[in-house]
Amino acid sequence: METTNYQNFRIDAENICVDYNGKVALYDANLRLKPGQICGLVGMNGAGKTTFFNALTGFVSISKGKIRINGESVRSAQKDQTIAYVPQNEGIDSQFPINVWDVVMMGRYGSMNILRCPRESDVQAVKDAIRRVDLTDHLSTPIGNLSGGQRKRTFLARAIAQRASILLLDEPFSGVDIRTEKLISELFIQFKNEGKTILLSTHDMIHVREFCDLVLLINKTVVAYGETSEVFTPENITTTFGGISPDFLFGPES
Amino acid sequence: MELCSFLTLDSFITDPLTHDFMRKALLMSSLVAAVCGFLSSYLTLKGWALMGDAVSHSVMPGVVVAYALGLPFSLGAFIFGVGSVALIGFIKQKSRVKEDTVIGLVFTGFFALGIVLVSRIKSNIDLHSILFGSPLGISLSDVKQTIFISLLVVILLSIFRKDLMLYCFDPRHAKTVGINVFFLHYLLLTCLSLAAVVGLQSVGIILVVAMLITPGATAYLLTDKFDNMTIISVLSAIISSVIGIYVSFWFDLETGGSIVLAQTFIFLFAFLFAPRYGIFKVKKLFTGYK
Repeated sequence: METTNYQNFRIDAENICVDYNGKVALYDANLRLKPGQICGLVGMNGAGKTTFFNALTGFVSISKGKIRINGESVRSAQKDQTIAYVPQNEGIDSQFPINVWDVVMMGRYGSMNILRCPRESDVQAVKDAIRRVDLTDHLSTPIGNLSGGQRKRTFLARAIAQRASILLLDEPFSGVDIRTEKLISELFIQFKNEGKTILLSTHDMIHVREFCDLVLLINKTVVAYGETSEVFTPENITTTFGGISPDFLFGPES
Repeated sequence: MELCSFLTLDSFITDPLTHDFMRKALLMSSLVAAVCGFLSSYLTLKGWALMGDAVSHSVMPGVVVAYALGLPFSLGAFIFGVGSVALIGFIKQKSRVKEDTVIGLVFTGFFALGIVLVSRIKSNIDLHSILFGSPLGISLSDVKQTIFISLLVVILLSIFRKDLMLYCFDPRHAKTVGINVFFLHYLLLTCLSLAAVVGLQSVGIILVVAMLITPGATAYLLTDKFDNMTIISVLSAIISSVIGIYVSFWFDLETGGSIVLAQTFIFLFAFLFAPRYGIFKVKKLFTGYK
């Protein structure tokens, strides 16, 4: 599904500002993404990456600016199941008494009735999603008994089951095993071919070069944004990381 | 089995049932326990033990005012319970004081107001029954109120069971898929206030928080499935109430205290012997289960 409509962006964030009780977390941030694009969100801890995600999902309200998802408000995007969010492993309570099947089923809640009774189509969507992340043997395993990589795949399956056209992934490669890393890489290519838009935050510069068409460097605001090959320069990275040399981040060859 | 020369196990169980007040107390306390036990799973997982403590203490002035004005005491309790939560939220947002401190100072303030009001309003308010509960002396109008509130809470929790689980587990995902998180937050707080109101009849204001957190904590040690956790929580709460009431009848002990002690013993049992999370991991000893 290649629908490159230049008038309609999947994500269109214009000059957004977010503050928590008067403390500015993000200001004048812009981002425009089209279907099938993968964008890396790169910045230090506290640079506003999670805040950016929170604003796009409507979890925090923006104090200034405008966000349009498929040309509509964030509220409509929530109702239409347009955005899926895959949290960091650290962002979830791994001791919560819930198994893989039930977590993935949560991806369908938004399109179910008020009692959240799964229909046949929901069950099928969950089965398919779990198969795609290769967790069919762990349907009833409590999430506390999964490895970091398996847990990450569970939440990816939840996003797949949701059938969202935009995926926001917070540190998808942190704390995962090689197998999961490979599986996530393959999924990214499939998602791209399906026309999904992906925004992922990462600390790993190699992954940015490998997967991301675009990169957004932030440090409370946008330091640089554009094609990875043009924007991902040592100078920009140094600015983003508050003066730390890219040699330190990539090794001397960069 | 003979407990003493004249008392068999059979009469240990059936004798109290010959009294009308005991039948009523057992039924009412079991109902209250079921409601509190149901809610307890959510409070435990959400980490709202302190909030439960706050709300249950804050209902005190509401109960006193309602008694003085001749209103249903549940109404007064509910207003002050929800009011305390609103005040906690407001102070937290508008000041730099940390949340646990705000909770502590608001609920003690409300509780103190209640005690001062009792001393000022010279009526026939029985401070002892408010503080320590009086399931054996429950009146008919209290029975009706308790049944009504309990059914309301159970229906609300049943309808929003899965949404509340998601809200406790991953509120950001709930928001992302268009579920009204603000509504769920206040729904849980409302149910908490209502459960505190019915709970205080059984065990009193001081101990009602135990009804709201101990069954959930016990169940949390015993299972990895949310639905099972709810069932275990409700059952352990009901069993504790029945044990507490029988023990208080036969040994002439404070009923509320006996119920809560029974809950605490069940928790300790789970803490020591739960198959997976207990100190001794009983199942592992026999089966090698890890």
